[in-house]
Amino acid sequence: MEENKDTFKLGDKEFTSRFILGSGKYSMNLIKAAVENGGAQIVTLSVRRANTKEHENILDYVPEGVTILPNTSGARNAKEAVRIARMARELGCGNFVKIEIMGDTKYLFPDNNETIKATEELAKEGFVVLPYMFPDLYAARALKEAGAAAVMPLAAPIGSNKGLAAKQFIQVLIDEMDIPVIVDAGIGKPSQACEAMEMGATAVMANTAVATAEDIPMMAGAFKSAIEAGRKAHLAGLGRVLERGASASDPLTGFLRD
Amino acid sequence: MSENKHNDFFVDSGKLSEAALNRKHSLENDPSSRTSIYDYLPTQEKIESDIMDKVISEMNEYDYNSYTDMDVRRALRKETCSVEDFKALLSPAAYPHLSEMAERAKFETSKHFGNTVYIFTPLYIANYCENYCIYCGFNCYNDIARKKLSHDEIEHEMKVIADSGIEEILMLTGESKKMSSIEYIGDACKLASKYFKNVGVEIYPVNVKDYQYLHECGCDYVTVFQETYNAEKYETLHLLGHKRVFPYRFEAQERAILGGMRGVGFSALLGLSDYHKDAFATALHLYYLQRKYPYVEYSLSCPRLRPIINNEKINPLDVSESVLCQILCAYRIFLPYVGITVSSRETKRFRNGIVKIAATKVSAGVSTGIGDHEAKYTHTEEKDTGDEQFEIADTRSFNDMYGDLSGEGMQPVLNDYLYVG
Amino acid sequence: MVKINGNVENVDGQKLTDYLDNSEYRPGTFVVEINEEIVHKEDYEGVILHDGDTVEIVQFMGGGC
Repeated sequence: MEENKDTFKLGDKEFTSRFILGSGKYSMNLIKAAVENGGAQIVTLSVRRANTKEHENILDYVPEGVTILPNTSGARNAKEAVRIARMARELGCGNFVKIEIMGDTKYLFPDNNETIKATEELAKEGFVVLPYMFPDLYAARALKEAGAAAVMPLAAPIGSNKGLAAKQFIQVLIDEMDIPVIVDAGIGKPSQACEAMEMGATAVMANTAVATAEDIPMMAGAFKSAIEAGRKAHLAGLGRVLERGASASDPLTGFLRD
Repeated sequence: MSENKHNDFFVDSGKLSEAALNRKHSLENDPSSRTSIYDYLPTQEKIESDIMDKVISEMNEYDYNSYTDMDVRRALRKETCSVEDFKALLSPAAYPHLSEMAERAKFETSKHFGNTVYIFTPLYIANYCENYCIYCGFNCYNDIARKKLSHDEIEHEMKVIADSGIEEILMLTGESKKMSSIEYIGDACKLASKYFKNVGVEIYPVNVKDYQYLHECGCDYVTVFQETYNAEKYETLHLLGHKRVFPYRFEAQERAILGGMRGVGFSALLGLSDYHKDAFATALHLYYLQRKYPYVEYSLSCPRLRPIINNEKINPLDVSESVLCQILCAYRIFLPYVGITVSSRETKRFRNGIVKIAATKVSAGVSTGIGDHEAKYTHTEEKDTGDEQFEIADTRSFNDMYGDLSGEGMQPVLNDYLYVG
Repeated sequence: MVKINGNVENVDGQKLTDYLDNSEYRPGTFVVEINEEIVHKEDYEGVILHDGDTVEIVQFMGGGC
C-alpha cells in the first residue's frame, strides 16, 4: 500500500495522521508546538464557562486546518452531553463531537448506556459523533447502529497511563466493527500507542502522557513516530507466534486417501 | 484424484413422453429456453440486503493463484484469521501446508468445542421435486420411485430413529411445494419436536412468514445449500423450477433468521464449479450474516458430488479428500466458532479423521431414501419406499458411530440445546 | 436576579447585547445559552434578561483524556 494513500475517514473528512491529541492539562503556548511536532490533524477541546478576564482563546493556538473535536466532558448523562454538544457546534468549529459521559466520579468510566442515547440524538442532528466508551462489543454495535462515526474504547482508566489494560476487548472491537476504532484514554507512553496501532486500531488519542512529559513537544513527536511505526507494522502483516506445543509426530492428516 | 475433467449429467429415461423429452433436451441444449436466474417468481419475497452483492463481488475478485507460500505462513502465524488470510489458506499455495493447517484447525476446534462431536440423523420425508438440477437424484426428469410419507409413516420413522438414541433430527424433502406443502412440513416439525430435542429442516427456500410458521411448529434450524456461488455455472445446472432463482436461494438463510430461526446452515456442493471460489463464497456468506446477526448460530457443510440413481459416474472431480480437508481446515481457522457437519457422503475413515481436526457434527443411521429406516435399522426387507437422493459412503448406525467416536477419544454429544421459542 | 455562569447578578431587564458589551467577553469566541436554549448570534438583538433566567456563556478550553 502506498503510504500517502493510507487515510481514514470520519464524517466526510479524510485524515492521514492517526494521532489525536488532547489539549488538556498544559499551557496554551505549548499546544501549537505539540500539534505540529505530533503531526496531529485532530485536537480535542472541552467546553467551559467563558472567562471575562482572560482574552486569550485556545483557538488562537490551534494551527490552521486542524479539525476541532469538542468533547462533552462534564456531562453526567445523555441530556447534558447533548446540550454541551449543541453549544460546541454553535461555537462554529464544525460538527464533530466526542461524547464523554461519566456518571461515576470515582473511576470516571464512560457510561455506555447514556452514551448510546446521546449518540443517537446527536447523529440525528447531523453531528459526526465519536463516542468514548467502555470496550464492550454489544455497546459498540449499538453505537454504530445509533449512528456513531467511530468508537473510542478506553485502553485503561482515564489519566492512569496504564496502557492497554483492555487489550483483549479492544482487539475484539477492531476485529468485529466496520467503523474506525480509536483507542482512547490510559495510553501512557509511545510504545503503548504503537502496540494499539499494531493491533489494527484506526488511530490513537493521547493527552495526559504528552501533557505530563518534561518536554511536551518532543513527547508529541515521540507519539507521532510510535503511531506511524505501529501502523506500518500492522499494514506489513505483523503476526503473533502462537505457542501450541510441539508438532504431532503422527500427522493428523494420515487418514487421507486420494 | 479423478481423471475425469467433467461430469456427464444428462440421462434420458425411457419412461418420459416425447413432449417431456423434447422439453428436457431444449432446456439442456438451448439456454434461451431457460428463464433468467435473477428474476424472482411472483410468490418469492425480496428482502433488503447487500450481502449477496458483497459476497459475489469479493468472490469474483478472489485470485487464488496470486497467493504465495509467504502469505500462507503468515496466515498460520496470526492469532486472528482475516478474510485475506482465509483466501491464502484456500489457495493452492496452502496445499503443501495441509499438516500445519490441520494442527491449527485442531487447536481452534478444541478451543471452541473441546473433544465433542454432535450426532444427528437426517430424515427424508418426501422426494417429489419440481426442479431439474442435473446432478441430483431427485430431479424431476430422473426415473426414480417417488414417495411422500403420511403423518403416520413419519411418526413411525421418528419412533424408530428416536429409539436408536438419536436426539437431533434434520428433516428433508425434495423441492415440491405442491407435494410437500408448508403445512405438511409444519406438521412433520410438530411431530419431530415430540420425539427429538432439536429439529432442523433442509427444504425448498421459503418466505419469512413461512419460516416463522415452521419455527412456531418447533423447528429451529434451517439449512440451505447454494450448491454453487458462480451464477453462470448455477444457470447451467439448475435448468428448471423455483430453484433457478439464484438470489432468492442466496437470501434464504437471512429470511430464516428474520423468521426467528435460531440457527442457519450453508454449503456449496463441491465439485460443481471452482471449489476455491465456492468455498470462499460459502464462508464469506456466513461471515457477513454473522456480522449482521451476531446472535444466530451458524454452521457449514461440505458435501462433495456423489453418484445418483441412473448415473453412477457422477463424482467430485478435483475435490479430492486432501482438498476437502484443506477447505475444512481453512473454514475452521477462519470461522472457529461455527459448527461443521460432515455427512455420510464421506467414508468412515475420512469422518473418523476429520472429527479430530475440524468437524463438529456427523450424521449416523442415515438413509437418503424415503420411509426405509426400519428396514435399514432392522435389516429386514424394504417395502414401498422412495428412492435415494445420492449414495452414501458411511453406513454406520447410531450405535456404531457412538462407539467409534468414544473409542477414538472423542465425546459424542446428542444434544446440548433447549428450545426456547 | 439573573444567574450567569453560576453567579447571581442584578441585571434584570437589561438587553443581552448591553450585558455582553459591558462584560469583557471576547467577541466571536463564546456561545450564550439562556434557560438551556442556545441564543444564536443573529438573535442577540432584542433579547432581554429576565428575573430568574439562567444564563451560560461558554467557550472552548483545553481538554482531552
